[in-house]
Amino acid sequence: MERVKLQVNGREHEVAAEAKTPLLYILRNDLGLKGTRFGCGTGHCGACTVLMDGKAIQSCDTPLWSVEGREITTIEGLGTREKLHPLQEAFLDEQAAQCGYCINGIIMSAAALLQRSKNPTEEEVTKALERNLCRCGTHVRILRAIRNVAGKS
Amino acid sequence: MLPANLKANPRLDRWVRIDPRGAVTIFSGKVELGQGTVTAIAQIAAEELDVELGRIAMVPGDTAVSPNEWYTAGSLSMEAGGSAMRAACAEVRKLFVDAAARKLEVSAADLEVRDGTIGVPGTDLSTSYWALAGEVSLAREASGGVSPKNFSRYRIVGTSQPRLDLPAKLTGAAYVQDMELPNMLHGRVLRPPSYGARLEAFDADSVRALPGVDAVVVDGSFVGICAAREERALKALDAARGAARWSAGTPLPAFAEIHELLPKLRHETAVLVSKQGGAKAEKKLEASYSRPYIAHASIGPSCAVAWLRGGKLTVWSHTQGVFQLRGQIARVMGMRDEDVNVIHRDGAGCYGHNGADDAALDAALLARGAGRPVRVQWSREDELAWSPFGSAIAVKMSGGLDAAGKVAEWRHETWSHPHVQRPGTGDGVNLLAAWHLEKPHAASRAADPPFPPGAGARNAAPLYDFASQEVIYHLVTEQPLRVSALRALGAYTNVFAIESFMDELAGAAGADPVAFRLAHLADPRAKAVIEAAARAAGWQSGAKSDGNSGRGIAFARYKNASAYCAVVAEIEVAEKIRLRRAVAAVDAGQAVNPDGIRNQIEGGIVQAASWTLKEQVRWDASGVQTRSWEDYPILRFDEVPQIEIILINKEGEPSLGTGECAAGPTAGAIANALFHALGVRARHLPLTPERIAQSML
Repeated sequence: MERVKLQVNGREHEVAAEAKTPLLYILRNDLGLKGTRFGCGTGHCGACTVLMDGKAIQSCDTPLWSVEGREITTIEGLGTREKLHPLQEAFLDEQAAQCGYCINGIIMSAAALLQRSKNPTEEEVTKALERNLCRCGTHVRILRAIRNVAGKS
Repeated sequence: MLPANLKANPRLDRWVRIDPRGAVTIFSGKVELGQGTVTAIAQIAAEELDVELGRIAMVPGDTAVSPNEWYTAGSLSMEAGGSAMRAACAEVRKLFVDAAARKLEVSAADLEVRDGTIGVPGTDLSTSYWALAGEVSLAREASGGVSPKNFSRYRIVGTSQPRLDLPAKLTGAAYVQDMELPNMLHGRVLRPPSYGARLEAFDADSVRALPGVDAVVVDGSFVGICAAREERALKALDAARGAARWSAGTPLPAFAEIHELLPKLRHETAVLVSKQGGAKAEKKLEASYSRPYIAHASIGPSCAVAWLRGGKLTVWSHTQGVFQLRGQIARVMGMRDEDVNVIHRDGAGCYGHNGADDAALDAALLARGAGRPVRVQWSREDELAWSPFGSAIAVKMSGGLDAAGKVAEWRHETWSHPHVQRPGTGDGVNLLAAWHLEKPHAASRAADPPFPPGAGARNAAPLYDFASQEVIYHLVTEQPLRVSALRALGAYTNVFAIESFMDELAGAAGADPVAFRLAHLADPRAKAVIEAAARAAGWQSGAKSDGNSGRGIAFARYKNASAYCAVVAEIEVAEKIRLRRAVAAVDAGQAVNPDGIRNQIEGGIVQAASWTLKEQVRWDASGVQTRSWEDYPILRFDEVPQIEIILINKEGEPSLGTGECAAGPTAGAIANALFHALGVRARHLPLTPERIAQSML
């Protein structure tokens, strides 16, 4: 076990864990940030997507050691129930969820996209979601919600 | 007449509690699976009680307090759960209104309820549910003598209300996966390498000696590991894999085409429909169709939390049936039902009998072994390889046209395994770990619920008016792969076959597919959805394909008793089929939450398109080979169609379940569109480029 410092949602944290521990478990279990979900553990489904220095990464296959000195943002850092991020608000407005399990990862991918491109094309949106899966089939609403935010910004 | 679920749970306080502080608590046996049922049930309760939706607190399914409403399955939550809740709330409202009439010394007929305040309009005579809560006892049985509100006065039912559960889910912790109990351990179970493999040797001490491992539970061929840190449990699981020696498993039959495999397996045959009549067939056709085994493939693998304290076990699970799961867990644990409490907590999308119940027993066994609360999280591989698959199905159709080009003969023959092998169905224990224990429990014997609606034979009887028809079902009891309920059960494939064959017959008759269907239907609601979908899609009779795009239509009424749904699919074929646009028309009777229905139909179309175009469980003699997202691809964001939904709201008609109605029509419409595009009839799913190439030979 080592003590590792990491910056999450604008706050400095220190955790005692093995350096190879996937970031996902640190976020969920050490920091109590449960909005980042486990889906496959191999970076194929996107349920665990968070931002690292503004870029979407899969936290399930990102080792703890690699995030030292980087800024991590989770869904909780994006917005809260009291103060929703525009993407969360748009997803709720469109009711762009069925089970909702994949959605936070999708919102994080979309947030990374909108940070680098204010008005992305359809292709850029689907490209940004190429690592995200949804099984309930909510895709059409998800794309609409993202488009709504992109249009506004 | 009491609705069945209220008759089975007649005490009104099993459904409703009124709090003097102004809150209404609603207990439903129907649970949230991602389909929005809990919000719709809350709407029904708020409507019938005449309170605002915001006053309602919904209690998740809980064996300690909820009515036992069987499973949340079969598109029955509105039809069965909704009607029971409506009747219960109507009775509660009347008890309060009668009490108010006595108190205010007015006639009950003069009273109105507004957000729980009961008064005589235009006067200041009033009281409320909250004021009367102490004197009106709901510890009594429903009388069956109260009529629910007339639909013309609906204010909440029939409106699109946002889902109550989503704000929490889109901001943080919300699922069973997110639960944390004091002193909780993370559990993982080491599954055998294949079906039937037994643990021959296991060096448990080497795993116990690993850093951070708190418990190793071994019982027969069941091996579980618990650790305070989740990543330690994962590491220990890897080590356990190396410390275990397994016997060879039960070899699987060679991977084969489903329509060749199933008829060769042991089966029992029943004639479900047989009637003769009408004109003689002049022109005859036959064709065979199939779909492979399909995985649930939810994005969140199954999870459960269990805690055994002072001889009482509590299990939190995303099960579809808390009571049925409780009975099975109690049996395996050697406990009394009343000492086990199963509480529903939302999980990731549930499309049928997945690994949820199995994970619940895993957690119970590990909690007992570790003496602490345990959260068991299944891996992606566990979920894809060990949870039950949707049964494979083969269908053989034959039929004939009379001289006038109408269907004069119709024969539908289906082969499939059982589709309902849930915990709590049959005489055995349908939980994975129970089969691996030192004293194993046997699974229930293979059986299917009676037809109609049946399971593998679901929707095998056509809704079309064929004077002469025969429907035969072969229940394939020999089951090489573990199978159970997946959304729509046999209806997906039976409708795919019926609707493909209808197009084949229409082609033989030289008729337009839309007109041909309408000519064989008497039910005006069935006709209306077909006409609405065709109109919205801009259906042109006789339209020619440009050689790479096409459109097709298909229709069904789920179970011949739930929602009506017609789908028009527009596809493009290049190296693979691309579904460009889907237009669906749906009649679900009285819509409770129209947006909720739209969401279910959109999702149903996308999921069925994924099954139809991409999905197939593969295996070889040693076991299931599709164990990751790389082996089992599903439809992605760059592959989804535009979707338009026409919702035909039949106010005042019974609400009809919509969760499963789009599946079969979507498959049929895509296959028919492929035929329109290329003139090729692909009859065996999935419609991959290889399949299409085969069909062209």
